[in-house]
Amino acid sequence: MDYAIRAEGLVRRFGATTALAGVDLAVPTGSVFGLLGPNGAGKTTAVRVLATLLRPDEGHATVGGFDVVRDAHRVRQLIGLTGQYASVDETLTGAENLLLIGRLLGLSRVDAKQRARQLLTDFQLSDAADRAAKTYSGGMRRRLDLAASLVGRPQVLFLDEPTTGLDPRSRNDLWDIVRTLVADGVTVLLTTQYLEEADQLAGEIAVVDHGRVIAQGTPEELKAKTGGQTLTVRPTDATNLGAVVAIAGEVSGATPEVAQNAVTVAVNDPSVLPAVVSRLDAAGIPVAELALRGASLDEVFLSLTGHRAEDAPADTDLERTSA
Amino acid sequence: MTAATLTPALSPARRLGPAAGLRHTFTLAWRSLVQIKHNPMELLDLSIQPVMFVLLFTYVFGTAIAGSSGEYLTFMLPGIMVQNALFATMTTGFGLNNDLTKGVFDRLRALPIARWAPLAGRILADTVKQAWSIALLLGVGAVLGFRVGNGVLGVVGAFALLLAFTLAASWISVLVGVLVSEPDKVQIFGFMVIFPLTFTSNIFVPTDRMPGWLQNWVEVNPVTVVADALRGLLVGGPVAGPVLQTLLWGFGIAVIFAPLAVRGLKRRV
Repeated sequence: MDYAIRAEGLVRRFGATTALAGVDLAVPTGSVFGLLGPNGAGKTTAVRVLATLLRPDEGHATVGGFDVVRDAHRVRQLIGLTGQYASVDETLTGAENLLLIGRLLGLSRVDAKQRARQLLTDFQLSDAADRAAKTYSGGMRRRLDLAASLVGRPQVLFLDEPTTGLDPRSRNDLWDIVRTLVADGVTVLLTTQYLEEADQLAGEIAVVDHGRVIAQGTPEELKAKTGGQTLTVRPTDATNLGAVVAIAGEVSGATPEVAQNAVTVAVNDPSVLPAVVSRLDAAGIPVAELALRGASLDEVFLSLTGHRAEDAPADTDLERTSA
Repeated sequence: MTAATLTPALSPARRLGPAAGLRHTFTLAWRSLVQIKHNPMELLDLSIQPVMFVLLFTYVFGTAIAGSSGEYLTFMLPGIMVQNALFATMTTGFGLNNDLTKGVFDRLRALPIARWAPLAGRILADTVKQAWSIALLLGVGAVLGFRVGNGVLGVVGAFALLLAFTLAASWISVLVGVLVSEPDKVQIFGFMVIFPLTFTSNIFVPTDRMPGWLQNWVEVNPVTVVADALRGLLVGGPVAGPVLQTLLWGFGIAVIFAPLAVRGLKRRV
């Protein structure tokens, strides 16, 4: 298979902190690959290494077949980078920002202006083309960031948490743009804390925690790893939660979780549902909600890491501030 | 996998020629200068403070210090040009730190451009701003009655010398810009260091009017040296000595601070 991005044994330390503790990645050309993990997991460090912004302490990586350290200049000609740390110039207008990058990439003034106009139109920013980027809304700003990384028609695009902080509508807009790019053959490496985002966009996902890839596969494979399905039981009376936890745990053989007065547990065996129902009935516990559904990636994450994706470790953003 | 299978249409160049680096530098200098169009306040900042200083010092202190405001203007204007130029070097560190903290620098570093172009572009743009300030001060001085003693050659020489010195001094600003955590701290540094440094020189008050212990410092203060060189070039008096000393100071500052600044920048990014 043809791989646009390959990484082997990437290690990167910041002082006493190990941001990457040996990361291997293989991203097929033309695919969307998701790096999923909480803040501080090492996602941003991985992208910064692959985008030639940071040298790895150990290991090596290639993008488009070129080594990110030895052949960094060639790699830079192939990639586009969008992340909160790789920003456009807020004091320039949208059009000027894109013009600047076009000129830096060697386009003539005329070509650079035309490319800027085209991207502004594609990303519905034409009306704001001559306004300073600092006046843009969050969604517009993110679209401009993305447009800026596309000026050079990259073959490999790094999207580092492209929708963090966006409202659902802007997020959907951005997802549509990414899908269009992929349809054009661009390889996308996406990092996200949103499990839904990885599920929506990525064909393959690597789950990252504490600088390591702890699981990898298609969204479906990852879901299957945790038993595939989740049983949710919400007793009418919250005082029965303890009894429900006991029953669900006993029948399923897994450890149930309690959140918002509901008990959830991963199940492998379809016969668990009727067994739980009959046990609840026998115990005389009235139930307000009872559901069996496919596991969300959130639950995948929990079962892989032992903590929820939202539980950011104390060293949140450490990789950024010490970088 | 080979590069050819991935990049049928494009075979990326292995490295850049120096001409490309210069082109990137000019493009990035444009980026710094076009900001003035959107933020005219920056130009006012660049212009109002020096003009105000000239007016205030000429008319408030002039008679008291030199006997007449005209005579004082002749004494003080070259010095105030030095002071203003040193304050203006802080723009470089401020802008660089802003780029570093906002992420613009990383965006530029991920592009296939010369590694030194982002810094060189900024310094080039700030040199243009310096030239504007120097010209403005000379213009305002001329209106108020400052008379050039050495003709065009003196003016050109003063211009070139001051630009060369600020180019060297701006490495201090770059170093501060890569070391501090936010842009405003560059300004604070500027005020804390440049204010005392420039006031303990002979730019506003002749050395012999100061207390003896201070005179020793004033005489070796590089600001005094540069101010004397500009006085020599613009008004008259000794030229070779102070000009040579200015160049030595500039050289010394650049030799010490440029490597420190570049090393700091590499560590930061």
